[in-house]
Amino acid sequence: MEKIIEGRALKLGDDIDTDSILPGRYLTLSKPEDLGKHVMEGYDLHYKDKIQEGDVIVAGSNFGCGSSREHAPIALKAAGIKAVVAKSFARIFYRNATNIGLPLVEAPNGPDDIEEEDILKIDLEKGTLTNTTQDKDYDFTKLPEFMFEIVENGGLIEYLNKTRF
Amino acid sequence: MSMTIAEKILAKASGKDKVEAGEIVMADIDIAMVHDLTGPLTLQALEQINTDKVWDPEKIVIPFDHQVPADTLDAAKNHQMLREFVKEQGITNFYDVYEGVCHQVVPEKGHALPGTVIVGSDSHTCTNGALGAFATGIGSTDMAMVFATGQLWFKVPETNRFNITGKLQENVTSKDVILNIIGQVGQDGSTYKSCEYAGETIQEMEMSDRMVLSNMAIEMGGKTGIVEPDKVTDEYLKNRTNKSYTKFTTDLDAPSLNTIDIDVSDLEPQVACPNYVDNVKPASEVEDVEIDQVFIGSCTNGRLKDLEQAARVLKGNKIKDGVRTLVIPASRTIYQQALKEGLMDIFVEAGALVCNPCCGPCLGGHIGLIGDGEVSLSTSNRNFKGRQGSPEGKVYLSSPIVAAESALTGHITAPEKK
Repeated sequence: MEKIIEGRALKLGDDIDTDSILPGRYLTLSKPEDLGKHVMEGYDLHYKDKIQEGDVIVAGSNFGCGSSREHAPIALKAAGIKAVVAKSFARIFYRNATNIGLPLVEAPNGPDDIEEEDILKIDLEKGTLTNTTQDKDYDFTKLPEFMFEIVENGGLIEYLNKTRF
Repeated sequence: MSMTIAEKILAKASGKDKVEAGEIVMADIDIAMVHDLTGPLTLQALEQINTDKVWDPEKIVIPFDHQVPADTLDAAKNHQMLREFVKEQGITNFYDVYEGVCHQVVPEKGHALPGTVIVGSDSHTCTNGALGAFATGIGSTDMAMVFATGQLWFKVPETNRFNITGKLQENVTSKDVILNIIGQVGQDGSTYKSCEYAGETIQEMEMSDRMVLSNMAIEMGGKTGIVEPDKVTDEYLKNRTNKSYTKFTTDLDAPSLNTIDIDVSDLEPQVACPNYVDNVKPASEVEDVEIDQVFIGSCTNGRLKDLEQAARVLKGNKIKDGVRTLVIPASRTIYQQALKEGLMDIFVEAGALVCNPCCGPCLGGHIGLIGDGEVSLSTSNRNFKGRQGSPEGKVYLSSPIVAAESALTGHITAPEKK
């Protein structure tokens, strides 16, 4: 996983659920590239046209609530989203995204300030989020140590293969 | 040290005498469930783990329920892949397209026991908490770890204990209770917490009503939704299992316990309005909303009692022209019971469409999708934007009684007070 991410902010509100991110009618798909084509269709059928490779989603609270479908973080990642910054995340989404290597940044004070298309820089190792456009820094809650270990090992699968099998 | 029921179960599962909220534990898993939509991603992840065999083929449960029977070639391929996996790994608890909705099938077949840890690749796995289990939804990669190792890590949650008192009025159900709770605490009101439902009202409830409460714990962000096991639990399990189980209870002085008192004596039938499950209003305040489709079913409200309640309203009446009403029993067993009781005749004569046991329109992936501008009134658990089809459609959530009353009138209708 890249430790430093630089990208353009795409803003969303509170309570973005996994049905919005990847609607139920696409859950029979499992290849990342197929899922990526339908990202955010539950929210807006044409949202994906806005996404450019390397963008960072910036949302409010409870991002990823609802269904446990791992198809949702896979679709975001496949569509070119490099990270999600939110005030808070729903529990299952948080684990799923971490397990598949989509970095999440829980920054309670960031999202209100950040404007659409601001350029953000995230340093996952240092734990810093910078709004380059507005020249502002925000704190973020680092991953719990155990989860950070999973990320450092390249995701849950790699972690298991190194430690258990 | 005093502990909650969630802490006691996780302590036992991780081989410890005590655990505290916030602690990370590696717990042994008793039951791991995937269905036809989350199974394929689990197998994809499992293929990348350096092991050939699952940890215990008798502890894995695989019901097909979301897209049954297969409605697309992709669904058919997924079903084939999972059937092959079942055969190859010797999975003993496989339920093919005819058996019913996973969160009904798992408890109905005796797989959910008090004091155990149950994980499912489906967020409504928390339904099994109604039997006093620590049951929670996980993603597919986490599930691959469980399949490979029989273990998963958990952060021990704090607990929101809803202490519910008062006698429910006629035509007010456990669905109204849980919608009211979610309306009060908000859809992230229990994030990362174990929800517990306790108090005299809960003690009086039968198992199917308790399952409605546990089912919707995730709708306030809850990690699980537990009811302390009691004689109702024993009665439910009597002919379903011969395994022994431990009935843990919560110590009321546990440090991680937050108790919320709720009196439901005056509660009216509730409706969750679009597009948020916590946008809850009394049904009587939204009676001007006209509806195109009614769905009575799902892992929340597709059980026999729910069908009986709906049938009482529909008996001898005709559904309003233009209101497509889908009735979907949550399992084959329920379907048979409903047939024996004559409920299916009542539904068909009233003008409803009875479908095979499955998730139905709930997640907008199989049958009964709604189009642009259409309104669905559903007894399921989610009304997110786009949940049942078009992002331009709208979904309201209610009890089976309100759903049936509304099917007759064509607009949201609160049952008359008696």
